[in-house]
Amino acid sequence: MSSKERNVDLAKWSGPKRPYDLIKELVIALVVVTLLIGTLAAVFSSPDERAVTLQQWSQAAPSDFVATATGELAGTTISAAYGPPYNDAAEGLTLGPLKLQKWAGITIPVNPPVDFVITPLKSSVDPEVATASSTWTTASADQQKTWAETYAAAIEKTGDSSKVTADASYGPVPVLATGLLRLAQEGSLDGLLTTQVTPLPGDFTMPMLFLADGGWFDELGAAQHLHGDQWGMMNETGSYPGQSWLWLFSFMYQIEPFKSSENADSQIFAVLMLLTLGFILIPKLPFINRLPRLIPFHRLIWRRYYKENNL
Amino acid sequence: MTTMWTTRVRRATIEKIDPQDALPDNQPSYVASWIYVFGVLTLAALAVIIGSGLWLTTKGASWWHTSSVGHYVNSVHLWAVELFFVFMVVHLWGKFWMAAWRGRRFQTWVSGAFCFLSSLATGFTGYLIQGDFDSQWIATQAKDGLNSVGIGSFMNTLNSGQALLLHVALLPLAVGVIVVWHVILVRKNGVVPPLDAKEIAGGAK
Repeated sequence: MSSKERNVDLAKWSGPKRPYDLIKELVIALVVVTLLIGTLAAVFSSPDERAVTLQQWSQAAPSDFVATATGELAGTTISAAYGPPYNDAAEGLTLGPLKLQKWAGITIPVNPPVDFVITPLKSSVDPEVATASSTWTTASADQQKTWAETYAAAIEKTGDSSKVTADASYGPVPVLATGLLRLAQEGSLDGLLTTQVTPLPGDFTMPMLFLADGGWFDELGAAQHLHGDQWGMMNETGSYPGQSWLWLFSFMYQIEPFKSSENADSQIFAVLMLLTLGFILIPKLPFINRLPRLIPFHRLIWRRYYKENNL
Repeated sequence: MTTMWTTRVRRATIEKIDPQDALPDNQPSYVASWIYVFGVLTLAALAVIIGSGLWLTTKGASWWHTSSVGHYVNSVHLWAVELFFVFMVVHLWGKFWMAAWRGRRFQTWVSGAFCFLSSLATGFTGYLIQGDFDSQWIATQAKDGLNSVGIGSFMNTLNSGQALLLHVALLPLAVGVIVVWHVILVRKNGVVPPLDAKEIAGGAK
């Protein structure tokens, strides 16, 4: 690029001008855009698929609920085995040698067996549940795990928790899980999991982690084409446009090596951060910053100018 | 004698813009394409977003679920956001093909990029606070991405209260400040001349 050209880019334009009232442009744009948006809103409205509750889950899929509660006690659910920022059950995902998830620490402490099952059961008035809770809390960790895993295996084998026949090898787990089921079906559990800090809740970490550990919530998402492998990140419930601007994020989950990677979340995040940096620095990137010259769309944009000046 | 910091701020901002360039009624002759409209269309959509958002804010987070007026205002907010991103992306591509960063306009490009990025974050938190199944789903899925790089330790997608405050206070403030910064730079530096305009620089006076 010559110094002469740079000067033209830098200098205040002293060539011919044309009428172009910015205030008038802004007012017209505001009126047109407001009318367009108002019409789109009136014609297409917006989705409002009602939020789901633990009560709905426990009533619609009681066996899945019991199996998930048992999984929390066994430490085998997603939340129970998550790691930071919830607990130390795992180190979390890595990015090469970087353990960002671990280094960020446990800032939102969640102990699934205690927070999702044992603590809420303290409000149960069933003496059998109180006895079962006492048996559970006084047992060793190994014993607890054996009971819960044995009961979880029995549920998986029969496919329905209500068809599992009683067995001493399950310890107090069936009583705890079905006790929690009753609390949920009555509608108490939703409140119990959101009001542990304050009776005026704004934080839904506990119930949402528990809900997402189950299979029922996952099936609801799949039915609304919201799964990651359904480009769910940029979809909305129903047939509405969602966050289409996240298409690149969503796209990466569809391709290898990310699709089958255990660290897909952190890897994709890192790639996108690099691309974002590249996007910000486009003017400084060799070749990329030459593309506007190499692919002359600018001839179309400024066609009148080039024509009038025989360029 | 040292210059007062207030003077330095004034010189670095307001005094950089010639009053005649702030809101002029004419532009260089080369400003003659529909692509130039998309910047102001983006601003217009942003104005509708802010207006509908303020209306929703005054009524509370659950209002739009129970009121037909509220549902309509929510719909306006949604479609304003959709159009805002469409307009902004077209504006962005237009500026790329114009190589609009020429002539010390790098900062203008960077501020525009930050407008886009801060809008992504604001839009995302908006989806978290809808109070419907979609927000439940997005919150449970998005947490894994943020947790995987440590951000989830500070920004909890499952905490609706945090998302709500971010969406109606901190992030709109950030978008607003960056947009103002961007517009000031655009007005200060003027519209970038066409590529290869050097040949007529002398004769165009």
